[in-house]
Amino acid sequence: MTATSIPPAAPEAPAATRKNRSSGAQRRAVAIFIAPFAVLFLAFYAVPIVFAVVQSLLTVEREGTFGPPRQVFGGLTQYEQVFANTEFWQSVGRVLVFGAVQVPIMLGLALLFALLLDSPLLKGKKFFRLAFFAPYAVPGVIAAIMWGFLYSPSLSPFEAVTSNIDFLSAELVLWAIANIVTWVYVGYNMLIIYSSLLAIPTEIYEAARLDGASNIQIAWRIKIPLVIPAIILTAVFSIIGTLQLLAEPQTLRSFSSAISSSFTPNLAVYTTASVPNYNLAAAFSVVLALATFALSFVFLKSTQRKVTQ
Amino acid sequence: MTAASATAPQQPQDADTGRANGPRSRGPRQSMLSRSAAMLIMGVFTLYFLTPIWWLLVSSTKTGGEITGSAPLWFTAESLTTFFGNLGNLFTYGDGLFGRWLVNSAIYAGLGALAGTVIAAMCGYALAKYEFRGREAIFNVVLSGVLVPATALALPLFLIFSEVNLTNTLWAVFLPSLVSPFGVYLARIYAAASVPGELLEAARLDGSGEVRTFFTVSTRLMAPALVTIFLFQFVAIWNNFFLPLIMLRDQALFPVTLGLYAWNSQISQIPELRPLVIVGALVSILPLIIAFLGLQRFWSSGLGAGGVK
Repeated sequence: MTATSIPPAAPEAPAATRKNRSSGAQRRAVAIFIAPFAVLFLAFYAVPIVFAVVQSLLTVEREGTFGPPRQVFGGLTQYEQVFANTEFWQSVGRVLVFGAVQVPIMLGLALLFALLLDSPLLKGKKFFRLAFFAPYAVPGVIAAIMWGFLYSPSLSPFEAVTSNIDFLSAELVLWAIANIVTWVYVGYNMLIIYSSLLAIPTEIYEAARLDGASNIQIAWRIKIPLVIPAIILTAVFSIIGTLQLLAEPQTLRSFSSAISSSFTPNLAVYTTASVPNYNLAAAFSVVLALATFALSFVFLKSTQRKVTQ
Repeated sequence: MTAASATAPQQPQDADTGRANGPRSRGPRQSMLSRSAAMLIMGVFTLYFLTPIWWLLVSSTKTGGEITGSAPLWFTAESLTTFFGNLGNLFTYGDGLFGRWLVNSAIYAGLGALAGTVIAAMCGYALAKYEFRGREAIFNVVLSGVLVPATALALPLFLIFSEVNLTNTLWAVFLPSLVSPFGVYLARIYAAASVPGELLEAARLDGSGEVRTFFTVSTRLMAPALVTIFLFQFVAIWNNFFLPLIMLRDQALFPVTLGLYAWNSQISQIPELRPLVIVGALVSILPLIIAFLGLQRFWSSGLGAGGVK
């Protein structure tokens, strides 16, 4: 990117002096533009994260059984507890399995719909685009309430199905949640992939058509490789979202007894914080944030290498 | 679409019709077959995406008994009066608690996204259009902020706010919602692509101050991106469940999602809440659907800018 403070097409002397005169004003403008975000980012991103790390290194001590509690430095005591906590690791394993199944299905569907929207095969594209995207306007809590009713054997309009299959049982409830998440986010991901399909110059297809390529070949050989960056973007956000699952399982708890208070990592954080055991909850949070960060980072790096090859 | 034509100059003819003339070599029967297959897939999934919303609409016109007792996906004879009765109950129950929740949500999500968009746009614009020391460092910090999901911050924020005794206040939910690293990222990409440096030079020559130029000229050029940032931050705040869940005890401060969640978890003790939860869910998703439909022109092009990069 060329910097605008250096005028590209004005090499003559007056421009140089003007630049010197205005650079102070520009520096002041940059400060004005950046300061509000910087202050808020520090106060509500950076400081809380640092504070959570500090809290996770503390531990509560009492003098005797009934003495007043006070916080003392406990080193990695909380982290020892985190690593010894099987329920927490079960919840991590649960969301990883969830992500390994749900994210590919959701993105596969999103890609299929985007390719169909981009193909000459469909009529009423605008309608489909809006209909598929509409669930994105439904917040996770509301979506979980709606599907909770639809799943309940006693309330569902699809009694024939729900009286035979208990979607809210211990075996199936994870996949019942996967369905809710898929329902909400397929359309959103479809639109991101579709927008990047629209950005491909049509001349490329014309050339392929002249060479006798079919629609499927064009989709497979040209379109999909060109939208890989968009798919990676949606995959990273989906992975992050999966590890952070909270609203849907927490809401479904009033429909299903199969969801424990540590069903997902964030539910474990919330439950621990309500005890209240802030130090342990902070340690859970830090571990979860690091895991999320590491996973999306590794995913980004590994896919980048593949794309450049 | 703006994003597509901005990145790739297309032929004057419409992209869709251009592609529809494509394969002449293959027989009409085969293309009829793939056309029907494509329409069938999209039709089936339209049912999948819209049935739950349809069920919600129909169920909001029923009394508690009728939800299970009558045809689940169709209206009853008294649907209209029952619907208005439900609406009336919704807004009068618990001294108009639901109306308060709607107002709270409008403050958290509406005002929050509005202010957050301005803040993010200024920062992204400065990162794109000015050369200054630490620019890349700031952008990298913002980018890593994109990878930190809102739910991961809820507990750290709670710990900070309880340190200054501000939990269970409006500020505890409102202030953290103002920060949108993704908005900064999107604003930077879009400002780099849509605000020409020459134009800023010209404004400087005319003696317009940097900040004034931003608000009078640049924001207009960045309008699609600003609408996109606003909408997606609006949705992010509207959907953020963990932060209000952990911060707020006082029902009068709840956003509408948390309020409905609270009602929904009380249904087993207070069954008359069920129709209220259903009609409340319908009312709460309408603002988002209206916002998305009304502003579709803007965000569908702005979304492309984020997906292409």
